[in-house]
Amino acid sequence: MKIEEIRDLLNAKLLTGEDLLDREVFSACASDLMSDILSYVKKQTVLLTSLTNAHVIKMAEILDVTAIVFVGGRTPAQEIVDMAKKMGIAVLATEYTMYEACGRLYSAGLPGCTRES
Amino acid sequence: MTGGYYSIEQVFHVKAGDFASAGEASSQIKKILKQLGIDSTLVRRVSIAAYEAEMNLVIHSVGGELKLKVTPQSIVVTAEDKGPGIPDIDLAMQEGYSTAPEIARELGFGAGMGLPNIKRCADRLNIQSKVGEGTLLEIYFDIKAR
Ligand SMILES: Nc1ncnc2c1ncn2[C@@H]1O[C@H](COP(=O)(O)OP(=O)(O)O)[C@@H](O)[C@H]1O
Ligand SMILES: [Mg+2]
Repeated sequence: MKIEEIRDLLNAKLLTGEDLLDREVFSACASDLMSDILSYVKKQTVLLTSLTNAHVIKMAEILDVTAIVFVGGRTPAQEIVDMAKKMGIAVLATEYTMYEACGRLYSAGLPGCTRES
Repeated sequence: MTGGYYSIEQVFHVKAGDFASAGEASSQIKKILKQLGIDSTLVRRVSIAAYEAEMNLVIHSVGGELKLKVTPQSIVVTAEDKGPGIPDIDLAMQEGYSTAPEIARELGFGAGMGLPNIKRCADRLNIQSKVGEGTLLEIYFDIKAR
């Protein structure tokens, strides 16, 4: 699923990553626990979270996450967006809650991440 | 890796409670491994383990060192601190066990998955700890001949 499609399905605002809109992701992971994310996320994944601190971006870099969606109407500080921009990670913000955002992507055919062996 | 012999060792100092710069050592480690042309799946595994180990130094220890050692055959990440030590290593290794303080939990840490994640990423893991003395984590990765 392309980032562009995720943006549209979630009626999300793209905070950075205009050049990444046609990048493809193959799975999604949703959590507010860093270590959960670290054990589930695969390459070319979109991460859904309500955590908006700088650690999310640092971790996304470690994991090569393609895009981050902040759910529930949370918007990160500009410096967080700038950090992601430098790392080439797309950042989106949606008003949908975690539950609804996940449901929308899943119904559209985007599978979840399973834990790496 | 084919050809070139190399062996590098790099030490990063990790300060206790310093959330602002937490994660920088692992980010450096990832960059170094990428530059060495290490396979991207392996780089990922090492980076995840290094990140968890670094965060443990920040959150749980009095501070310590994260060390990267790369030879043509293996990658070793070592995390060493001077305290407070882990009273029960088996318990600490259990998924979900965490003594992380509220300040760390607010940031999303403290799932109690760090040590299990490290174990899952590594080819071998050695943990030694003594209360009042400190903790030593040696995380081994094999570089398979291709
Ligand atoms: N370097 C360390 N020094 C002292 N205690 C530690 C250290 N690393 C881990 N621990 C202990 O082991 C527990 C489990 O660690 P971990 O699996 O990484 O989970 P978390 O960091 O989320 O608590 C920690 O909550 C802490 O009690
Ligand atoms: Mg931990």
